[in-house]
Amino acid sequence: MTISVAMTVNGKPVSGKVEARTLLVQFLREHLGMTGTHVGCDTSQCGACVVHVDGTSVKSCTMLAVQAEGAKVTTIEGLAASADKLHPMQEAFRDNHALQCGFCTPGMVMSAIDMVKRHNYQLDETTVRHELEGNLCRCTGYHNIVKAILAAAPAMKAAGV
Amino acid sequence: MYDFAYHRPKSLADAATVLKGKDEARPMAGGMTLIPTLKQRLARPTDVVDLGGVKELAGIKVEGSNLVIGAMTKHVTVATSADVKRMIPALADLAGMIGDPAVRNRGTIGGSVANSDPAADYPAAVLGLNATITTNTGKHAADSFFKGLFETALGEGELITSISFPKPDKAAYMKFRNPASRYAMVGVFVAKTGNTVRVAVTGAGPAAFRVKAMEDALAKNFTSEAIKDIKIPADGLNSDIHGSAEYRAHLVGVMARRAVDAANK
Ligand SMILES: Cc1cc2nc3c(=O)[nH]c(=O)nc-3n(C[C@H](O)[C@H](O)[C@H](O)COP(=O)(O)OP(=O)(O)OC[C@H]3O[C@@H](n4cnc5c(N)ncnc54)[C@H](O)[C@@H]3O)c2cc1C
Ligand code: FES
Ligand code: FES
Repeated sequence: MTISVAMTVNGKPVSGKVEARTLLVQFLREHLGMTGTHVGCDTSQCGACVVHVDGTSVKSCTMLAVQAEGAKVTTIEGLAASADKLHPMQEAFRDNHALQCGFCTPGMVMSAIDMVKRHNYQLDETTVRHELEGNLCRCTGYHNIVKAILAAAPAMKAAGV
Repeated sequence: MYDFAYHRPKSLADAATVLKGKDEARPMAGGMTLIPTLKQRLARPTDVVDLGGVKELAGIKVEGSNLVIGAMTKHVTVATSADVKRMIPALADLAGMIGDPAVRNRGTIGGSVANSDPAADYPAAVLGLNATITTNTGKHAADSFFKGLFETALGEGELITSISFPKPDKAAYMKFRNPASRYAMVGVFVAKTGNTVRVAVTGAGPAAFRVKAMEDALAKNFTSEAIKDIKIPADGLNSDIHGSAEYRAHLVGVMARRAVDAANK
């Protein structure tokens, strides 16, 4: 079944024809060519595919493109204000060496931003570790990711994002 | 994933009509179980009926001493609702322990209860709190709802519309998580209302079940001490790479005692 979908991705209106079974992540990667959002598993567990849909984090591998009809989607490509100015969360990941191979990073960053906002920019280490349950990293051992998120929370508040 | 026809009805009546007209139609709530199942080709519905546009199914209401939660209410909403925290804090706690934040942002109470996954959390609360499941065609008592592995009393095309939880005097849920999936290896929901106590277990058997021996002992003396010698038989319990039936039987006792202690706090 072919269906037309239209949504806003990183502030730009986009549309396309998809099959009913097309996943949101496939629409982003294969139809729009935005390969920043990754697919790390087929069991909805790894979180590499996390994007924001209408402001909340979702696993784009477990949502149909047609379910995002009319929604505002933000991906990792939509975070940086410009080519030379990263989002405070991306900056904190760089400063704290919170990535190695980088495969999990887009999902980590998207989940982390949602986490900081839900907790009103106030996080402690235990909360961060708990909240990261849906994001798997095979490289870092998580310590530096936790550090980066704790550092980014006040930076996001200061930057008003 | 095989392709299917997609429907997005705006009302419960329309959803029921679409479901009725098709042989292999499946409702979809948040898709948090359905989509992984379709990806693995474990199901092949001809039609998927997305309930996401049916506004009347979402939301939480207080009706007297009952908390009525619409089928499409997301886990995150239950976990953070002031009404749930005030009336049945154990239920808010349970919802906050499901999966991870992204799962809680999409997964729903109706989808979880309709699915009757042996390791799901909500079935323990539904059974432990003696909830009533309302559908588009009638009502089901918790005690006759969970029939077995992924099997419920729901008929063909029957849709859960809401679940009504009576407020207990005290309640708590304790869960031993599978560290990889975060589903319950064993979860025990204990609730005391007047002189009645209910102890409901998830994760251990093919579907959620009650433990009569513990309920009787706790009705006389609501302390963890009262159930410390009650052993759960391992016969018929789940056994897999994560734990044997004996291990799960033991965990039921441990989680039940912790739940009673937590309820008494
Ligand atoms: C990574 C991960 C971790 C998870 N961890 C946990 C956990 O720790 N504990 C836990 O309990 N759950 C867990 N879940 C499951 C999650 O809680 C979902 O709520 C559950 O999968 C149901 O999803 P859903 O509400 O999106 O329903 P769907 O997936 O959309 O539907 C599930 C089933 O219910 C049927 N259905 C849906 N709505 C209705 C309705 N109103 N009436 C009748 N039938 C209906 C559908 O046809 C389908 O068969 C996890 C899921 C994932 C992906
Ligand atoms: S790719 Fe979505 S959770 Fe792994
Ligand atoms: S940096 Fe390699 S998986 Fe996380």
